[in-house]
Order: sequence, then C-alpha cells, then structure tokens
Amino acid sequence: MTTKQEPIDPGTPPWLLVVALATASPHAEHLPPWLTLLVAGALVWRAWLWHRRWRLPPGWCLALLVLASVAGIAWQFNGLLGREAGVSMLVLFMALKPLEMNTRRDALVVVMLGFFLLLTHYLYSQSIATGLWLLASCTLLTAALIRLHGGAQPFADIAGQAGLLLLQALPFMLILYLLFPRISGPLWGLPQDAHGGRSGLSNEMAPGSISNLILSGAIAFRSRFVGEIPEKTELYWRGPVFDDYDGFTWHPAAPKIKLPTSEPVIEVIGTEHRYTSIVEAHNQRWLLALDLATSRPPEAVLAPTLEVLSHEPLRARARFSFASSVDYRANRVEAPAILQQALSLPAEVNPRSRALASKWRSLPPAGITEAALSLFRQEDFHYTLRPPLLGANPIDEFLFGTRRGFCEHYASAFVFLMRAAGVPARVVTGYQGGEMNPVDGYLVIRQSDAHAWAEVWLAGEGWVRFDPTAAVAPSRIEQGIATALPSGEPLPDIVRLDADWLRQVRNRWEAANNTWNQWVLGYNPQRQRDVLSRLGLPNPDWRSMSASLALLCGLVLLVVTLWTLPRRRPVDPVERAWQNYCARLGQHGIDRFPWEGPLAFAQRVASQRPELAALTNEAACCYAGLRYGRSNGEQLYRLQECVRRLPPHGRRKA
Amino acid sequence: MRPWARLHRWIFRRGRDEQSPIVLTQRRIFIVPTAAGALFALVLAVMLIGAVNYDLSLGHALVFLLVGLALVGMVHTFYNLFGLRLTPGRSEPAFAGDLARFPLEVENPRRQPRRRLDFSFDQQSIVTLDLPVEGRATITLPFLTHKRGRLDPGRITLCTRYPLGLFHAWSYLYPPWSCVVYPKPLHTPLPAPSAGGHADYRQGDSGQEDFAGLRPRQISDPTRHIAWKTAARRSDEQELLVKQFAGGATDELWLDWTQTPANRDGEERLSILTGWIMAADQQQATYGLRLPGRHIAPARGATHRARCLQALALYGEGEAAHDD
Repeated sequence: MTTKQEPIDPGTPPWLLVVALATASPHAEHLPPWLTLLVAGALVWRAWLWHRRWRLPPGWCLALLVLASVAGIAWQFNGLLGREAGVSMLVLFMALKPLEMNTRRDALVVVMLGFFLLLTHYLYSQSIATGLWLLASCTLLTAALIRLHGGAQPFADIAGQAGLLLLQALPFMLILYLLFPRISGPLWGLPQDAHGGRSGLSNEMAPGSISNLILSGAIAFRSRFVGEIPEKTELYWRGPVFDDYDGFTWHPAAPKIKLPTSEPVIEVIGTEHRYTSIVEAHNQRWLLALDLATSRPPEAVLAPTLEVLSHEPLRARARFSFASSVDYRANRVEAPAILQQALSLPAEVNPRSRALASKWRSLPPAGITEAALSLFRQEDFHYTLRPPLLGANPIDEFLFGTRRGFCEHYASAFVFLMRAAGVPARVVTGYQGGEMNPVDGYLVIRQSDAHAWAEVWLAGEGWVRFDPTAAVAPSRIEQGIATALPSGEPLPDIVRLDADWLRQVRNRWEAANNTWNQWVLGYNPQRQRDVLSRLGLPNPDWRSMSASLALLCGLVLLVVTLWTLPRRRPVDPVERAWQNYCARLGQHGIDRFPWEGPLAFAQRVASQRPELAALTNEAACCYAGLRYGRSNGEQLYRLQECVRRLPPHGRRKA
Repeated sequence: MRPWARLHRWIFRRGRDEQSPIVLTQRRIFIVPTAAGALFALVLAVMLIGAVNYDLSLGHALVFLLVGLALVGMVHTFYNLFGLRLTPGRSEPAFAGDLARFPLEVENPRRQPRRRLDFSFDQQSIVTLDLPVEGRATITLPFLTHKRGRLDPGRITLCTRYPLGLFHAWSYLYPPWSCVVYPKPLHTPLPAPSAGGHADYRQGDSGQEDFAGLRPRQISDPTRHIAWKTAARRSDEQELLVKQFAGGATDELWLDWTQTPANRDGEERLSILTGWIMAADQQQATYGLRLPGRHIAPARGATHRARCLQALALYGEGEAAHDD
C-alpha cells in the first residue's frame, strides 16, 4: 500500500519523543550510566534536529552508533542474553529509532517499541504506582497513535480521545484478566538474574543477625484469622530452628544428624485457629506458621523440628492456609538423635556459664528453667538494639559483663545454660506479635517483629517454649518492639508511628497494597480457579474459560458499539406537539400539506371543517407564536392542551 | 483464482448507487487489520509470552488492556465511516489529459467529529477530509482523463484508519456519475473562412475591418468592440459606445472535418477541430461545425461552444446523430 510510506507530518516527532522519554526514563535507575547518557543525548539531539528543521543523520552514522552501543552493552553485561542486557537493548533502540524516523511506518515502530518497553518496567516493580504509570503511559502512547493517524488536532482533543478509548478498553482488560487461562510460568529457564536478593530471616543466627533485620519496616507476611485471634503474647510465628552451636553462631543441625522420618506427634489441647497467610518472597523454605501448626497446605511438610517448610524456596509472594493451636504437647516422645543434638555444646567456650549451669544440675528441669529466667529477671539486664561487641566467649561476656543484648543474645544464652545444665534445648527464630490493620482485618507482621526464643524438652511435656526476652522486657511480648525499646534506638519510623492519623494513613496504604498484591500480583492459576468457582463457574477448565471469555468480550463489544452508536437527536417538544396535532387532524380527513404554514392551514381547516376551526386556529397561533414569536412555556402548554382536546375518534371517512 | 474472483464479486457486489444521498450502512463498510495491526498483534503475542514467563501480573494486565484497545479502536474506525451521508454533485466537462472534477457533498449527521476520510477513484489521487460535529463539506474528486468520450469514473473508495491505524475500514461508492471529456485541443491556425468554399453563408467581405459606425453598448457586446477612444474623448457621457461593423455574418466560419488534414488519424483530426473551436471562441467569431453526419449551425457563445465540443467528444459514439 502506498499510504505506509507517507512521510510523517512535522507535528508528530514531539509526540514520539515524549513517548520515548516516558517509556525509557524509568529504566535510568538500573541502566549503566553511560547508556543513560547516550539515550538522553540521542533524544535531545533528535529534539534539536526537529526544532531547527534539520535533516536526520545519515544511515551509516546511525549504524556505527548502534554497533558501538551494542558492543558496549555486550561488554557491560557479558553477552546480550539475559534480562538486563535485553532491557538495555530495547532502551537503546527506543532512543535511536527516532533518529531515522522519516515515514509513518518508522513512527509506528517507535510506538510498538514503547508498548514493549512498558512491559519491561514490571520486571523491576509491580507496585500500585507502576500500575498507575501503566495507565498514564498507555494514554500517552494511544495519543501518539491518534496524532499519527488523525493529523493535527488540539492537544485536549487528542488526550480526550485517547482517554475515551482506554476507558472503553478497560472492561476488556478486566474480563481477560479474570478469565484468560493462566499458565504458571516460567515457560523456559529464567536467566540467572531473575530473582534478586530478598530480606528475611536467615538460616543461621549470630549476635546481631536479628537486630539487623529489625531495622527494616518491610512486611514479612500478613495473616487473616477465620475466627478469634489469639492473645498477642501467644503469637509466636515459627521460622528456622537452630540446634547446632559452634561457640558463636547457631545453625540447623539437619545436615549433620540423622533425623527421624516419622512425622512429629502433636497433641492439641486448646482450640485450633484457622488462618490464611500471604507470605512475601524470601527465597527460603519456611512458611512461618503460628506455633504450632496442626494442619498445613499440601505443598508443605512439617519438619522434625516442628516448623512448616514448603517443598521449594518461596520465590514469589504466595498464600497458604493453616490451622494452629497455641496450646499443645509436641513430641512427648522424641528421637534420641534430636535430644542428643539438643544437649551438645562446643568444648571449652564460655567456662563461667558452664560453671553456673553445673550448679543447677541437681535441680529438676522445671527448676533449672526457672533459675535461668530469674537470673535474667533479677540481674541488671537491658534490652537494646545496640549491644556492645562480644569476644571469644560471647555468652560469658554477655551474662557476666555487658548484660546488654537483643533477643538473640538472650535466647542464645538461655539455651546454652540449659544445655550446660543437662536439659535439652534449642533456639527457635521467627516473628512475634503483629499489628492488626483494621482497614482490611489482616494481621501485619513486619521484619521488625523478628524474634528469637528458646525451646526446652521436658520429659512428659515435650517441647515447651521459654522466652527469656519476656523476662527482661515483658513489654516486648505484650505490646511490641516499639514500646520495649528505649527511645533513641534506631527503629524504623514506620513501626514507631505515634500520631493516630499517620497510623491510619499507613494502615490504609498497606491495606490497599494487600488488596493489590492479592488481586493483581498474586492472581495465579490457583487463585483464578478459586475466584471463578466463587463467581459460579465451578471446576473451570480452559474450554469453559475461553467460552465465557469470548461471550463476555462479545457482550462488551456490543455495549461499546451501541454506546458509540449515533443517538437520535431529541425531538423538540414544540415540533412534536404540532406534529401530533396535525396527525390527529389527519384522522379527521384533513392533511396538512408539507408546504403549508400553520396559519394558512388553520384557514383551510376553518373553511372545510368549521367545527374544528376554533381549536385549530388556537393550535396554529400557539405554534406560530412559539416558532416565530417570543416563545413562552404557557403557549407550549396550550398547544399540548389543543392536542388533547381534539376529538380523536373521528376516523378518516372513505 | 476464479472462485476467489467470484467471492470477491459476491462480497463487494454493488451496482450504481442511484438513490441520493448515499448513506453508509454496515452492509457497505468493510474492515480488516492493517499491516500495523498485524505488527501490533505480533508485539502483543510476544509481550504475553514475556508476561507468562516472568510471571508478571501487571504485564498480563497491560497486554489485556492493549487487546481491549485494539478492539475498541476497531469499533471507532468503523464508526468513522458509519452513517455518513454522501450526495454526489454534477461534474463539469473536461478536456482529455486534464483533471475531470466530481463534486461530492459529505455530511456528518453525528455528534462526533470524523477524521481522516480518504476519498479516491481507483488509482487516482486521494482527497482527505476532516468533518466537524454535524458538519458538511463538499469535496472535489479529481480524475485524470486520458481520452475523449463519455467518462465513467467508476467507483470511489472511501477509507479510513483513524484513530489508531490498526484497522482499515473502507466502503465503495458508485454514484451515477458521468462526465463528457472533450478531445485534447491541438492548436493549429484557424482555417481561412473561404477554405471550406461555402460562399452562400458568407455575405460580403471579411467584415472585421469594415467599420460601419457606433451604437450604444448592450450588455452582450464583447468588450473588444467598445470604442474606448471615443469613450475617453466623451468623458461626460455615461454610456459606452461600441463599434459596428458592416456585414455581421462575415465572421461566420465553418469548421469542417474535411478541412482537417486527411492523413492524420481520426482522433487527431478531432483534436484539431477542438483547437479551432477554442480559437474561434476566443476570437468571438461565429462558427459552425460540420462533422460527417452532423451539422451544427453557426452561432457563438459558451452554450454553443459546449454543444460543439460535446459533439466532438461523443463523435462516433452513436449519440451525435439524434442530438441535432
């Protein structure tokens, strides 16, 4: 076709440059600086050429530029495969294509590249803000298309038209979003850089590892309970369990010892709490169920150390349903390997602590735990995020020297003392507490709720939780970290909101994010099935989904079509009344000729049908007055009255 | 190829559009994706695969929004044509090799503007029109003529890609248009009035020089005959005088087929005659036209000229005989 080669008109390049800017600029954040500069330079150059109406650079010049930049990208990212290199290439083309934009087809390529670049933003962020950016950029791209195909128009017209088109496109988006059969990716192996670093609990514990995590106000997971929420002091969310100590760091013992293959035995005493958690990705397997999980999702197992583990590391935010009981007896009969591991200590570290613990050996186990807790309670221990550094015998130094520590110090020291006194014990890390968001009813658990506590195995009772931190700073457990820590500690601001309205704003924002996460980001095949069966499409398969998809899209298309259909102009009430009058008079056998004016018609009626003369004269006068004189509402009313007073039964005589 | 041609004829079956105005209904409007639309579909497919692979929910949303946009764009492209009312006007005759012009009134009865309506005859240049809300405009469609005779310009293609360029909607219009195309004038010297030898029509001598007096000007008198010098001398007089020449019929000129060079082919001889008519008309001469089988009595003026030129245009088409 000849139309494709037509040159673009001089008003178009600014639109396309803005498109290039809007779609490429958010990438500046993760592109190498030289590429950002190159892209900016190319766009400015093009804008300058347009401004001066100069010719575009020759093809060989651009070809050299492209070759050099591609070589630069290949050098920067060690090849052209992979996410970063691909995005860089797209941004590069987006910046250079306008420099050879002569025809409408070139301009179209720029717009298509723009659509593609929009997609690449979501590799980095899928927040609400990015979603809004999607709508704005889409409007801009649509406007550029309209400008390209519709010629010069006022800016407001183009923007309005683009907005209208997108508004009408939204229902299609919703239907397709809900019903398009989802496939859980990936379709092929993702490049190495697909999953970035994530924060969360780590799979070892040394002094300082949890207090570092506390500094983040990021949300670790959210939970919604079906019924009543347990007391805040009962909310211990179980993460990794550590039972191997090397004198400084705690590790899980799993790789070293042979663990029992049988499932742990849990006896439920109190009521079970049912709840659903939405866990943020943390690249680890633990799912942070409430202590102690009695039922778990099918894709997870209960580890011998009682924490719930998924089969695969959690690489994306996901929903899990659990039931837990806060009152339980766990593993009253424990495997000897585990008990033995729960007593092992490295030789020759912390001699003073060993000496202290060996004095308690004669006490019953319950007395030993009480002795340790009263030590923390009675001596001058402090709860702080900024403890002094500890040396070669960290627990000795902590217990008898610094006496300032965070939950990992207390848990670590407590477990050490128990083991030294001959009571099997281990360190459990996870989260404690959580804050209810009244907006959506979710309990929000942040990284700053990270906690470490101890678990002791008592004969006949199984594993029992002891929280030495509670002995030092009871408010940590009862009210949360913000009240437990003295002011001046480097807590994240989001945890320390004092003003009520700020807290309100934060709660609303986080509730909105939670909804967004569930409906937008977490809308996976499983969720799609749930939603569709709730919408009355039980057991949806791709066939029924495609069918309803086609049906609904067709319906919406019809609605859009009818909506834009030319509407009939509203009939003028004066005209309608006069037409009605004449039509009724037609039933009496007198038809008004199309050329006949109202007064002339009235005269003719008077001569042919004297009995209708007065009424017709009044109607004609009213009509003529309304049409040609100074109109008022009363005349219209009189005209309508005339229509009613005209006897309707006078059938046309043959 | 044959079934395809038949299908094509069945889909686009249309006779002449005798009724006026021509209203574009859905049966008359066709719509297909453009190359840009195909590219868009390809880009969307690649984007969808990317969104699935990287599990980008917002990527899904973007792709679906763009699918919706394309569908909505299709409706709007269709509506850019739907409901248009077109009234074909009368065309003026043209000379072969010139542009014949066909006026067409386009009316937009809708309360949305229409943009980028491209009108063209097959393989002729395109006329683009924007119409405001409830607006109307008259466009003139050019048709480059090649040969004399009665021209049937064929159907008009009315197409649009507005707003997004992803779809191409078009409609065929076939107004009952025809246009008389005169032969291309070939400029050769006028034949001497005597050359034809029809002495009986020429009373007196060549009368242009034969000044016979002045008389008051009438509106129909050509400006060439105004006695400007006299008018300048008699500045007080309102009325212009014209020069009268003796022997009013001496201007009479017969342009005869047999006067044209017999060795040229017929079309060229018609062109020579056309040139003569134009020249004689220019000189305000009274002339008659004599074609084999057709005579047009001497006269002058625009109507006469048109009659003569039409006779030449339609010469040999069987219409000449019964026209006189």
